[in-house]
Amino acid sequence: MSNQDFVRSLPSGAGLVRQRSLYRWHLDPPLLLVLLLIMAYGLVVLYSAVDRDQTVFSAQLIRMGMAVVAMLVAAQFDPRFYLRWAPVLYVLGIGLLVAVLLVGVRVKGSQRWLDLPGLPRFQPSELMKIAVPLMLGWYLNDRALPPRFKHLVVSLALIALPAGLVIIQPDLGTGLLVSAAGLSVVVLSGVSWRWIGLAVLSAALVAPGLWLFLKDYQQERVLTLFDPERDPLGAGWNIIQSKTAIGSGGVFGKGLFEGTQSHLEFLPESQTDFIIAVVGEELGLVGVAALLLAYLVVISRGLYIATQAPNTFGRLVVGGLTLTFFAYVFVNIAMVCGLLPVVGIPLPLVSYGGTSAITLMAGFGIVMAIHTHRGW
Amino acid sequence: MAESTQLKDLPREQRAFTRRALGMFVVVLLALGILLLRLVQLQVVEYQQYRTRSDENRIQVQPIAPPRGLIFDRNGELLADNQPVFTLSVVTERVADLGVLLTQLGALVELTDRDLEGFAKRTARARRPFEAIPLKVVLSETEIATLAVNRYRLPGVEVQDKLVRHYPFGALMAHVVGSVRRVTVEDLVNLDPVSYSATEFVGKRGVERFYERSLHGEVGYRHAEIDARGRVRSVLDTEPPLAGKNIVLTLDVGLQIAAQTALGDRRGSVVAIDPRTGGVLAMVSSPSYDPNLFVTGMTTEQYAALSGARSTPLFNRAINGQYAPGSTFKPIVALAALSLGVTSWEETIVDRGTFRLPGQDRIYRDWSWRKNNSGGQGVVDLYRAIYRSSNVYFYDMGSRMDIDDFVQFAAQFGYGQNTAIDIAQASDGLLPDPLWKYGAKGEPWYPGDNVNISIGQGDLLVTPLQLATVATVLANRGRWIRPRIYQEGEDPPIEFDPPPPLPDVAGIEAEDWERLIDAMEAVVHRGNRGFGQNGTAWAYIGRNINYRMAGKSGTVQVVEIRQGEEYDEEELEEYQRKHAWFIAFAPADDPQIALSVLVENGGGGSSVAGPVAREVIDAYLLPQLALK
Repeated sequence: MSNQDFVRSLPSGAGLVRQRSLYRWHLDPPLLLVLLLIMAYGLVVLYSAVDRDQTVFSAQLIRMGMAVVAMLVAAQFDPRFYLRWAPVLYVLGIGLLVAVLLVGVRVKGSQRWLDLPGLPRFQPSELMKIAVPLMLGWYLNDRALPPRFKHLVVSLALIALPAGLVIIQPDLGTGLLVSAAGLSVVVLSGVSWRWIGLAVLSAALVAPGLWLFLKDYQQERVLTLFDPERDPLGAGWNIIQSKTAIGSGGVFGKGLFEGTQSHLEFLPESQTDFIIAVVGEELGLVGVAALLLAYLVVISRGLYIATQAPNTFGRLVVGGLTLTFFAYVFVNIAMVCGLLPVVGIPLPLVSYGGTSAITLMAGFGIVMAIHTHRGW
Repeated sequence: MAESTQLKDLPREQRAFTRRALGMFVVVLLALGILLLRLVQLQVVEYQQYRTRSDENRIQVQPIAPPRGLIFDRNGELLADNQPVFTLSVVTERVADLGVLLTQLGALVELTDRDLEGFAKRTARARRPFEAIPLKVVLSETEIATLAVNRYRLPGVEVQDKLVRHYPFGALMAHVVGSVRRVTVEDLVNLDPVSYSATEFVGKRGVERFYERSLHGEVGYRHAEIDARGRVRSVLDTEPPLAGKNIVLTLDVGLQIAAQTALGDRRGSVVAIDPRTGGVLAMVSSPSYDPNLFVTGMTTEQYAALSGARSTPLFNRAINGQYAPGSTFKPIVALAALSLGVTSWEETIVDRGTFRLPGQDRIYRDWSWRKNNSGGQGVVDLYRAIYRSSNVYFYDMGSRMDIDDFVQFAAQFGYGQNTAIDIAQASDGLLPDPLWKYGAKGEPWYPGDNVNISIGQGDLLVTPLQLATVATVLANRGRWIRPRIYQEGEDPPIEFDPPPPLPDVAGIEAEDWERLIDAMEAVVHRGNRGFGQNGTAWAYIGRNINYRMAGKSGTVQVVEIRQGEEYDEEELEEYQRKHAWFIAFAPADDPQIALSVLVENGGGGSSVAGPVAREVIDAYLLPQLALK
């Protein structure tokens, strides 16, 4: 077989020659490039946010390295492996979530961590951000789409179970992301826009009722969203300071390391959930817009890859993981800008802290695996 | 799975998915568009607002207390200045456990209950966040060093040096100059919160209180860049405070010392006034207290001892002590009798030591009366009635005068009111009249009341300051000049706002003035004439004197003994003794000093208060006479 024939025999045809070497590693070059750019950008911002603290910076650098490794590893598996093991992973995840509620470690008033002998301490809820789209992909894979009502109900139940278990930890942020991951798959499965519209409408109608189920501090956060000045030194502090940080940055920002809100410690959580405020303050509208553009490229590429997948499982899993990533971005920035109540959701690949970065990058590893493995 | 396979239309599903993915892409674009719009709103539209807010966040305007104006006496002696002290303060916001910290600090420096009490009170009060709250006001050198060494393990603890009020003369000037005390919650109601935002002490008594506004100055500001925990990162700009105005007083420290020395450790008061200007030269109230204790703090026991002492050292007798004037009132009665035409210099009466109102049984006695028919001054005219201080003569005059006319005349000398320009807290005393008596006691005015008031007893009350003022008016032959304590200068403090001048005493001929003053000179100088012929004070102060002094003594019955109080016999006796008064001015023909002396429970006016007056006037006049 000539070289020419070999190239032709590849499913996606021409243009892949120069990417061949990366394809051998089951990586998608555009996606990889933009992800690495975002991580680099994030490290620069973080370096400023932690006030040039080498220790914290190195720790984050190592985590990012681990996240890239997680992506590389996840990309090597054959998609059929994920398809086969999806239910097992899901059931295992549910089991771990139950275990967390029974024997988990309590940190800052919520029980999220599992300390199993021989393993580093970890949050099983992170696993569910991947397990849920995989499970739904597996479930809907050989069903006719758009799903029938029966299948839709089962799908929603598959989402509600882990999401509920996470929310009662309580970890509303992760619970919402797990739900977002599952619901993305459901939406992508072709449920009619009318039903989606109805669901959104009924959710809006039910929302006031949900109020009663929110914990005091959560109610406080919602009230604060509408009027941060009601308790400017307490619940309103975070949102007032983050809006002030972003707004005072203007178009071009105060300059890296020059943000007074973050460096004088007015901005809380400036290294973690509120890091976009540091971007806004120090690099201005230009800096935030650049980051948003990078995120948009990742999401576009993800959705494109989803459309290229050969089967339902591939399409739904890639699309679901991509939209989960989008949910991260949107909820985090909307929260810091004062458009949504404060929930604990980090800015993907930028916020300090490794767990979500590793999960996200492992997710993109799966996306690349699905994209680069052919003939399954 | 046959059903599934049958219904699955793979190309159609692929197309459907692509459409759906495209739809979601639109949703993503819309969502990110919303975020972008929001960012434009915050960073472009509302930029200015947030920029300002961010600056307000980081830039704290810190008030700087102005240095308090200094107080000088007429010769430039410092009566109140500001000295640096090192204060231990705590920023409670930076302390995890206040109780633990206080225990730690207690091991390093001595913390009294009073320190802790005051600290708790100041902590509870509303204040700006991250404000350092004083815990111990004066640290010793050793304590400063100990704290410096241990500072690293005491976050939130600060040692600040600042200027605090200091009174170099301590107790000597305490009553007249007053003192500052720590600003309390009650003070904050009356003080301008902006102007006093950095001020810790406010004038509470005396000059410090009256001239508070001028002495205080204007607050300054420091614009500092602070972090969210209130720590100053850098100082951007300073707007210095405007120091308080210096105040020069008419007081003469040398004379004050002479007056205090003359009084010794007896309870009483000396108020001396320059009759030409009304300026107060000396104002002593004894016993006194160290005003510095109110600045640097004192123990609960110290305060209890001061405020509970029977000798009331915190009480300013000079302006708030109200006593019957006794015989010092007689010159005024004499002038009233002349003015109202009920007597003349020529009229004589026979004083046998007792007086009885027509148709009444009660006997009013002369001061010289000891046992039946042993007293009395014999044949007495007005002149003799003054230098012998004949009660019977004045009983008679009193009984002749219409009380309302009399009160109207006496009021011209300032009885019953505070005539001083800048001594706001002085008491008014009491010049009783029938209307007052009916209102206060529900009784009509009896003829006996005329008799009592004619020798300065009854309900009549005066303060030492008022009697010094009377001496001043007498020295000026009826010309009024209000007493004052501020030495007039180019640019007087705004508090110095003289009320309209008081009308001079009317109805007395010039020669009557001279005759009266001559009689008062006789009180001091008429001597070597034999028993019953000398001035009452001559034996005590009239010898070896090379200037002419006009004076009048007073000896006052202490009527009031508070019921139900327990004190030992000796003390009971002491506090039952008569009060001794002496008013005087000199030189008689060109008065340069007029004064009143009070010795509480001292005994005879001439024998006890007279020598004090002589010593004070000597101290003032002799150096001047020596110069001539």
